[in-house]
Amino acid sequence: MSGGLDTTEHPDWTADEMMTVAAARQLRDGTSCFVGIGLPSTAANLARATHAPNLMLIYESGCLGAKPDRLPLSIGDGILADTADSVVSVPEVFNYWLQPGRIDVGFLGAAQLDRLGNLNTTVIGGSYGDPKVRLPGAGGAPEIAASCREVIVVVRQTPRTFVGRVDFVTSVGYGRGPGDRERLGLRGGGPRLVITDLGVLEPDPDTLELTLTRLHPGATVDRARASTGWPLAVADNLVTEPAPTVAELNALRALSATLEGAP
Amino acid sequence: MANIVSLSEGIAELVHDGDVVALEGFTHLIPFAAGHEIIRQGRRDLTLVRMTPDVIYDQLIGMGCANRLVFSWGGNPGVGSLHRFRDAVQNSWPGRLDLEEHSHAGMANRYVAGASGLPFAVLRGYTGTDLPRHTSNIRTISCPFTGELLTAVPALRPDVTVVHAQRADRAGNVQLWGITGVQKEAVLAARRSLVTVEEVVDRLEPVPGQVILPAWVVGAVAEVPGGAHPSYAQGYSVRDNNFYVGWDEISRDRDTFRQWMERHVLEAVESE
Repeated sequence: MSGGLDTTEHPDWTADEMMTVAAARQLRDGTSCFVGIGLPSTAANLARATHAPNLMLIYESGCLGAKPDRLPLSIGDGILADTADSVVSVPEVFNYWLQPGRIDVGFLGAAQLDRLGNLNTTVIGGSYGDPKVRLPGAGGAPEIAASCREVIVVVRQTPRTFVGRVDFVTSVGYGRGPGDRERLGLRGGGPRLVITDLGVLEPDPDTLELTLTRLHPGATVDRARASTGWPLAVADNLVTEPAPTVAELNALRALSATLEGAP
Repeated sequence: MANIVSLSEGIAELVHDGDVVALEGFTHLIPFAAGHEIIRQGRRDLTLVRMTPDVIYDQLIGMGCANRLVFSWGGNPGVGSLHRFRDAVQNSWPGRLDLEEHSHAGMANRYVAGASGLPFAVLRGYTGTDLPRHTSNIRTISCPFTGELLTAVPALRPDVTVVHAQRADRAGNVQLWGITGVQKEAVLAARRSLVTVEEVVDRLEPVPGQVILPAWVVGAVAEVPGGAHPSYAQGYSVRDNNFYVGWDEISRDRDTFRQWMERHVLEAVESE
């Protein structure tokens, strides 16, 4: 596929498709990416199908360099093992590959995110022992957030998700602010981007507070502010992310079609 | 030499009320049939251990077999939440479920320490998260050589580990391959073990990337074709994705769940 060459914009796309395309664009060819299932996996495979054919996909099930020709249904889908450069044990993935900082990009989602990029996938409301909502938990996320050279968070922007303070810190973004990652001994760089269905947020170079730097076509600053549970900072040089190209959207829809009738 | 047993004999002999039990499998080779037999035999007060408790743990929890769960991610892979797990944590139904919660890296290293005969494992992890505040099994340790602060987690030593594998020979040597998760570590860390297999063969054909658990570290082997369904056994079966999707609906409601379990698990007879 020759995605990236044809810059003709596709006239008809959804906010979720825009979010996935924007995430895929951030993955550079020849780098390695620790992939979770769902939107991150879709975006990573879209990048492989378009501008980054040599993107190395690493799944926590132990599949290194997976090259699936359809979207996997879970992180342990047999097609990942069938197409991987190598299949290793789960302790090996975390100890040999993630922990020493060999992975360029970690891709994370979250149920809650705060203005310093800390993520919650554990509990919402109430107390830890008696929560209002029990979420799946940490999985690989804390160490992905700690050790990858950089982290990209992909999450829909709503006031329930974008909260002033997360109910539980499952994975550390910038902790309590500048210097905190260093103090905690975290070796990776932290969240470089948060990509939503409305736009893109990046940490302010001085305060590290997530700041709206890009809007997706059709989204507005007012809508982004209304969808954020803290007073959202907006960059002076706010730009508009280009809409999906025909090539990007065709590749994404071809991938999505491989999931039809599946979870 | 491992004993070749029936599934019901294996569970009756090796899994007792109050045990710490690990049924491991990382999406692939999940020992569903063994979990169903534990439910049929009515085990109680189990501490269930698993990195990725999924649908079989949802069933064990919903049927009241467990009062404690040690885990790092509890969900229906590729689908969403585990409703019986959530109901137990949020509403104590059918009983209270205490949690000991880790990250994947922490759980994997706890098994490695158990398999290695060491009291604890060291990793760079958990720092800055709220997880250490909720378990005494995550502590800080300083490196004796550099002074760097690291995280220690204690060895995990299940009373019994149950895994599913592709095949075994008649002596009980076990071959498994594909995504092997932490199955090898979980068996080596356990005091007792049961391996269910797709087939028992006279002679094991070598397979690229195979993992062999020699008969002398395996407690018992039971031949249970399809014993991983609805998960899969690479080379034998594919994942039944419709089941995972369907489970979301079945498990949402307590009565629907109970009826399904009675019909498909309690009244089902082990086929031998």
